[in-house]
Amino acid sequence: MTFTILDQVRAVASDLFGVPVNRITAESSPETIEAWDSTQHLNFVLALEEKFGLQLFPEEMEQMRNVGEAARLVESKQAGPR
Amino acid sequence: MTSEPPALDLRSQVDHLISAGSADLASLCLARIWRKEAGSVAAAFLVSRFEQVHGKLDLVPYRLAVLRSFTLEPAIPLIRAEAFVRGIDLSVRLGDFNAYAQEILDPDSSLYRFAPDAVILAAKTADLAPDLWHQYPDLAPEAVSTAVQRVSNSFGQWIRAFRERSSAALVVHSLELPPRPSMGLLDGQQETGQSAAIQQINRQLRQMASEHRGVYTLDYDGLVSRHGRLHWHDERKWLIARMPIAADHLIHLACEWLRFLVPLSGKTAKVLVADLDNTMWGGVIGEDGMTGIKLGPEYPGAAYQNLQRAMLDLKRRGILLAICSKNNPEDAMEALENHPGMVLKPKDFAAVRINWTDKAQNLREIASELNLGLDALTFLDDNPVEREQVRNALPEVTIIDLPEDPIAFAATIQDSPVFERLTLSSEDQQRTTLYAMQRERTQAEQSFQSKEDFFRYLDQEAEVAPVSPATLARVAQLTQKTNQFNLTTRRYTEQQIADMAGRAGWHVLSIKVRDRFGDHGLVGVAITRDEAETCEIDTFLLSCRVIGRAVETTLLSHLARVAAARGRQRLCGRFVPTKKNAPARDFYALHGFQHVEENLDGSVWTLSLQRHTIASPDWIRLKTTEGDSH
Repeated sequence: MTFTILDQVRAVASDLFGVPVNRITAESSPETIEAWDSTQHLNFVLALEEKFGLQLFPEEMEQMRNVGEAARLVESKQAGPR
Repeated sequence: MTSEPPALDLRSQVDHLISAGSADLASLCLARIWRKEAGSVAAAFLVSRFEQVHGKLDLVPYRLAVLRSFTLEPAIPLIRAEAFVRGIDLSVRLGDFNAYAQEILDPDSSLYRFAPDAVILAAKTADLAPDLWHQYPDLAPEAVSTAVQRVSNSFGQWIRAFRERSSAALVVHSLELPPRPSMGLLDGQQETGQSAAIQQINRQLRQMASEHRGVYTLDYDGLVSRHGRLHWHDERKWLIARMPIAADHLIHLACEWLRFLVPLSGKTAKVLVADLDNTMWGGVIGEDGMTGIKLGPEYPGAAYQNLQRAMLDLKRRGILLAICSKNNPEDAMEALENHPGMVLKPKDFAAVRINWTDKAQNLREIASELNLGLDALTFLDDNPVEREQVRNALPEVTIIDLPEDPIAFAATIQDSPVFERLTLSSEDQQRTTLYAMQRERTQAEQSFQSKEDFFRYLDQEAEVAPVSPATLARVAQLTQKTNQFNLTTRRYTEQQIADMAGRAGWHVLSIKVRDRFGDHGLVGVAITRDEAETCEIDTFLLSCRVIGRAVETTLLSHLARVAAARGRQRLCGRFVPTKKNAPARDFYALHGFQHVEENLDGSVWTLSLQRHTIASPDWIRLKTTEGDSH
C-alpha cells in the first residue's frame, strides 16, 4: 500500500487541526477548518518542513491556502534540487 | 515519494481505547506513537489525546511558565508531549512577547498568578543586547563593557526579584554567540571581541544563578552549537514570524527543557540496569570468549568502552549501576573481572543478576535488593525483544531504546533526561559504597536470632538537627525523591524548604544515621507546624535505606518530645496514600495515634501529648542539635 503526498499532508493536517483524516480533503482550508488560524498556519508549515525535510519560503507560506496546495508545494520542493 | 504512513492504525487504536475507557492502554499506545515519530505532527495528536485522559492517569502535575522574546508557540506541544510520555502532566503558560521584565518585576503579574512550579526565561541576544549584536564595530571598548555590565545587571535584577516573589525553579537561557561575528576572523584574535563580550555575560549569569537557590542556567549557546549554529537558525522565519529556530530543531529545544523538568518534578531514575553481551561489549562472551568479544580502545570495541565511560559518569552522579544478563555467571564474571578492555569493574555495580531467568523477574529482584521501587529502574539492553518483554511485564521501568549502531550507545544514555541531576549531595556521590555496606548488613542480619539482637549489634547512632545551609539541598532532594516511607509525599524545592524553616512555628528537621558498618548520611526529614495547641506533621519521610530499623520511631519520638516541650497538647499526622507509600500506611496506628478522620486526601491521626509519650528504642543512641531552624 502506498501513500501519496496528499494523503500524508492530510494526515499532518488531521493531527494539527484535530480533525479526523477522512474529513480532510484537498480543498480543506482555513475557511472550512476552525482550528486553522495564523498560529496554526505557522505550526502547519513547520510540521511540513520537519516531516518532509524542506524549507518553505515566506511567499510559499502565503500561497498555501488549502491542503491540496500544501501537498503540491511539498511535491514540487521534493522533486526540485534540495 | 512515498514514505511510511503515519501510524494511522495506532491513532485509531488510541481513539478506540479512549472511548472504551482504557486510559492506561491508550497512554501506552501514545508512547509508542511518540517513539516512532517524535515531532511536531505527533505532538499535536498526543497533546489532544492526553488532555482527554490525563485525569485517569497516574501523572505528576507540573506547571511551567515560559518567558520569551521570540516565537515559541510551536515548541509548546513538543515539550508537553515529551513530558506526558514521561509521566508528567505539564501545563504551560507562555508569556507575552518581550514582556518578561515586567512579568518578573511586577509581583501581581499573570506570571505569579499562574503559580508555576518552574519558569524558563528565553531571550535572544539580539533582543537583550542589540548593541552588541548589531552595532559591535561602532562600539568603543568602554561601550562594550558598559553593555556587558548592563545585560548582566538586568539578569541579576530579574533573578533577585524572581526569588523574592516566587519559590519556583528558574531556568535562564544563556545568550547565543553570533554565527558570523561582525569583525570576521579578527573577533577570534582579541580578548575583547564580540563573542568574548557575550561569553562574559554568560559567565556572570552562571555565577549569579549559582548564588541563588533553584536558579539554573540552560546553556543555550552550547545547545545551538551542538546542533550546528547555521542549521539551527532560520533567518526567514525569524524575519516574518519572530521564530528563529528551524523546524527540525524545535524538538531539541523541547528536549533540553525536559532535561530540567524531569529532575525538577522528581521523575528521575536511580538505577541503570544494563545487559552485557552486545551492550557493554560486542559479541557474546559464552560463544566468543575473552579474546573474541569486542572491547578496547580501537574500533569497534571503543564504542562499548565509550558506553562504559558514560555509565561511570552516571555512577559519579549518584546513579546506581546494575547488571542483568543471560549468561553463565562464570563466563561473564571472568570478563567483568579480568578483561583488559573493561572500564567498569565489579565493584562499580550495586546489584548483579547473571543467570538464565527472565529479565523481568531479575529486575524485580534487583529493585527489592536495592530497596527501591520499580519506577527507580531504567533498563538498557540491545535486544528489542527483551526490551519489549520488560516494557509489557513492568510498565513502571523506564526502557532505554538503544539504536542499532553501537557507536551511538553512549550518546543515548547521555541524552536521557532521567539521569539528570540539578544538585549533587555527598550521599549521591557515595551511593554505591552505601549499597555495598547495605549488603554486608544484610549478610550479618542473617546470623542473628532476633531482630532486636541484630539492632543492638548494629550499634546505630542517630543525629537529629534543624535544616542548615549545608543540608538544605539533601533535605529538598529527599522530599522530591522519597516514595515509599513518605507519609504525605509533599515535594518541596530548596527555596520552599528554606522559606518554611524561616517561618514562625515551623520546624524542619533532618536525621542522620550511622552504624558499625558505616555512615548512612542524611536519611530522613520531618517538617512540623505549630498551630495553637497542635503540632501538625506536614512531612515525615525516611529513605528506603533505613526503613525497618526503628529509626522512624526514634524520629517520631523526638518530634513528640520537642512538641510537648514547646507546650503543644497534641501531635497531628496525616497519611496521604499514593501508589507507592503502602510501607508507611500503619505508621501512626502502630505508634498509638487515634484515627480521627478520613477524607479525600487520606487519613488524619492525633496523639495526645499530655497522656502519651513515644518510647524511643534504647538501641539507637540519639544526638540532638539544639537551636531553632531560623
